[in-house]
Amino acid sequence: MKTDSVLKTSLFRKDAMQRLLAFGALIFLFIGFSIASPYFRTFDNMVGILLATAVNGVLALGVTFVIISGGIDLSVGTVLTVSAVMTGVFITNNHFPVWLGIIGGILTGGLAGITNGFLIAKMKIPPFIATLGMLYATKGLALVISELKPIYFNDTPIFRSMAMDSILGKIIPGFEIPNAVLLLFFAAIIANLILSRTILGRYTFAIGSNEEATRLSGVNVDAWKIAVYTLCGLFSGLAGVLIAARLNSAQPALGSGYELDAIAATVIGGTSLSGGEGTILGTVIGAFIISTLTNGLRIMSVPQEWQMVITGGIVILAVYADILRRRNK
Amino acid sequence: MNETLVLMEGIDKSFTGVRALHQCKFELRSGEVHALLGENGAGKSTLMKVLSGVYSKDAGKIFYKGREVEINNPRAAQQLGISIIHQELNLMNHLTIAQNIYIGREPRTAKILLNDDVINSRTAKLFESMHLNLDPRTKVSDLTVAKQQMVEIAKSLSFNAEVLIMDEPTAALTEAEIEELFNIIRQLRAKGVGIVHISHRLQEIKQISDRVTVMRDGQYIDTVITADTTIEKIISMMVGRTIYETSPEIPEQPSDEVVLEVKHLNHKNILKDINFSLKKGEILGFAGLMGAGRTEVARAIFGADPYESGEFHIKGKKVNIRSPREAVAHGIGYLSEDRKRCGLTLGMDVKDNIVLASLRKFLSMIGWVNFSKASATAADISRSLNIKTPSLEQKVKFLSGGNQQKVVIGKWLVADTDILIFDEPTRGIDVGAKSEIYKLLNELTRQGKSIIMISSELPEILRMSHRVVVMCEGRITGILNAREATQESIMKLATQRGGIIATDEISHLTPLAGKA
Repeated sequence: MKTDSVLKTSLFRKDAMQRLLAFGALIFLFIGFSIASPYFRTFDNMVGILLATAVNGVLALGVTFVIISGGIDLSVGTVLTVSAVMTGVFITNNHFPVWLGIIGGILTGGLAGITNGFLIAKMKIPPFIATLGMLYATKGLALVISELKPIYFNDTPIFRSMAMDSILGKIIPGFEIPNAVLLLFFAAIIANLILSRTILGRYTFAIGSNEEATRLSGVNVDAWKIAVYTLCGLFSGLAGVLIAARLNSAQPALGSGYELDAIAATVIGGTSLSGGEGTILGTVIGAFIISTLTNGLRIMSVPQEWQMVITGGIVILAVYADILRRRNK
Repeated sequence: MNETLVLMEGIDKSFTGVRALHQCKFELRSGEVHALLGENGAGKSTLMKVLSGVYSKDAGKIFYKGREVEINNPRAAQQLGISIIHQELNLMNHLTIAQNIYIGREPRTAKILLNDDVINSRTAKLFESMHLNLDPRTKVSDLTVAKQQMVEIAKSLSFNAEVLIMDEPTAALTEAEIEELFNIIRQLRAKGVGIVHISHRLQEIKQISDRVTVMRDGQYIDTVITADTTIEKIISMMVGRTIYETSPEIPEQPSDEVVLEVKHLNHKNILKDINFSLKKGEILGFAGLMGAGRTEVARAIFGADPYESGEFHIKGKKVNIRSPREAVAHGIGYLSEDRKRCGLTLGMDVKDNIVLASLRKFLSMIGWVNFSKASATAADISRSLNIKTPSLEQKVKFLSGGNQQKVVIGKWLVADTDILIFDEPTRGIDVGAKSEIYKLLNELTRQGKSIIMISSELPEILRMSHRVVVMCEGRITGILNAREATQESIMKLATQRGGIIATDEISHLTPLAGKA
């Protein structure tokens, strides 16, 4: 009994440190911006931050799995684009029922993910290269498929309202938080369950910790790697559907660079780029830090180019804090 | 008892044209410890990897309990009851003990959901049967190497293994931990498990094994009963010629000149008031159990790790060493126990490795590296250390352990170091190469270099050292002269917890500085 409680607290402490640090940073940003700008703390702006987090957060969930497994996925941003475009092709161009179009969009991401997984696990192409190739390929495909034009969802207003209406607002009047935000939290809960309670989650950690040892334990490492990249692709697809719904259009040129925000969110959240370590909660907090920072700096009319410089600094600082924490252990 | 468990016959295995095994055979009975011996590269590990499904054989037959079997992957071997513990431990450091033991066969609900309570309680039961006191929920990264090995053994047992293959299980263990391991091996043997024990340490094999199979150059040589065979006979089977395990030469007395003096070195709980001196031409042995702080002392002197307080005097002059760069500048070289990770750039060739630490010496005025001069120096060193390599352009990763060690030594010789710290200089090196390394160390001291030699092998310490520093739990518990050092006296000091310095050799601790 005694060892039990001791162990739990110590485990809690270790794992919680980075989250606490990231969470503290988030609170700090909120307080700082709230003092600096009265507009920042308005309800509308808060909703704006939440909405901005939704897309990047969902992307980062998938990236978290990949990075914990010791890999990297550079293609999530453009896989998002192509998934959004395909959703438009299904719903607007081919008049599929909306739900089928959504599933089609998500599966488009899954298809890209499974391809990544195959290139990496079976053809042994390093993840950086394989997904870099996928980045270019999907970027081009999105333009080809859409014929360089945005696809609008004007015939199916329900598609947009699925993401932008607020079920929560109907239950609690005045608390109009769009469904897209609920979707992020829902997706995060699912991701967390997969990571901590399922065999896929366990092997994600095991492969990231010591791939060879996992293989020698009789685990079909190749298959599970493909599963990890596929899962990441599915999350990218979901993010693609989400952004299409939010903008009421599939923009074929949008999405490049999103992968960097997603990787940054994951890393700020304490996931180790060398694999084996990471949490979903950390990633969600990381995603909030990035969107809060972007939002706050914009409100304080910091030019966009300087916002990027500051975000870069924060990423480096977060990783350095993590290194310091490890060294002290 | 004594039923044949495994029979391998006519096993061939090649790797991209290089023949690793040729017509090998091997027999293992239940309830025996069967030692598999041979020099590095003899094919022991390869043969056992074939048996455990890591490699697939090119030709030959494997019989398990009289039935011919095909073992194509590790899982197939595990299902038959054949488990292997690899030389490099194969654990996932970020996972807990229980998660490691049940990796790949976690009990699941609805095919995908995990239940860690089940594996924790199963692991606890397993440890109980092994008389091990470990919490299954501890992360593997928090365990010592010895404990990690126990986890690997527990993992094999959880498969109800009837064949347990251990590839150099004692390489990283101290004497006390080895005894602990052997107790478990004896328990398993009594239960009828057939155990394959791959090791370089002949004494150990004498102690634990029932039979010995010797391999050489990928071929089967012979199988003999351990009790009926002398160590000399085994060695001659291994090397294919009779060599005499040379009786330790009495090392020449070092001069009285003190080259390095360490005073009051402290760091947290790891190093407690370390004081000792090293004389010119001396080999100072550092003995102690794993975790006693020997490597930490070495790394502090070399500036590789921080320390809280302490003074270093080199040739009577107080120096400040806070980084390896400064240590090298003061003529100190450190040869890590982990050659492959800390000592060599494996992908580079012999020549480049030798000159790597002293490239500055080969720079021309405008910053070009003078490669012909570097090559000439490397060639000299290679010749004088008798490094066996097809050419200086050979990549270091293709050399044997003994020759790799020589390359590291060569690197520090070029860098003009007078004080060399060897951390486990013969770990993973076979018998033949070992005595060459010993000769080399003696030769170096004759040239006036001073050596600190950390070793977990007591015979090595006793054979080589002029004096032996014994450490326990971060303290020096005694310094013995070669005359008075015995296995027993060292072990006594090495286990002397509480840190009472109970030896009149204390006078050796603080010879006056400035004698030089």
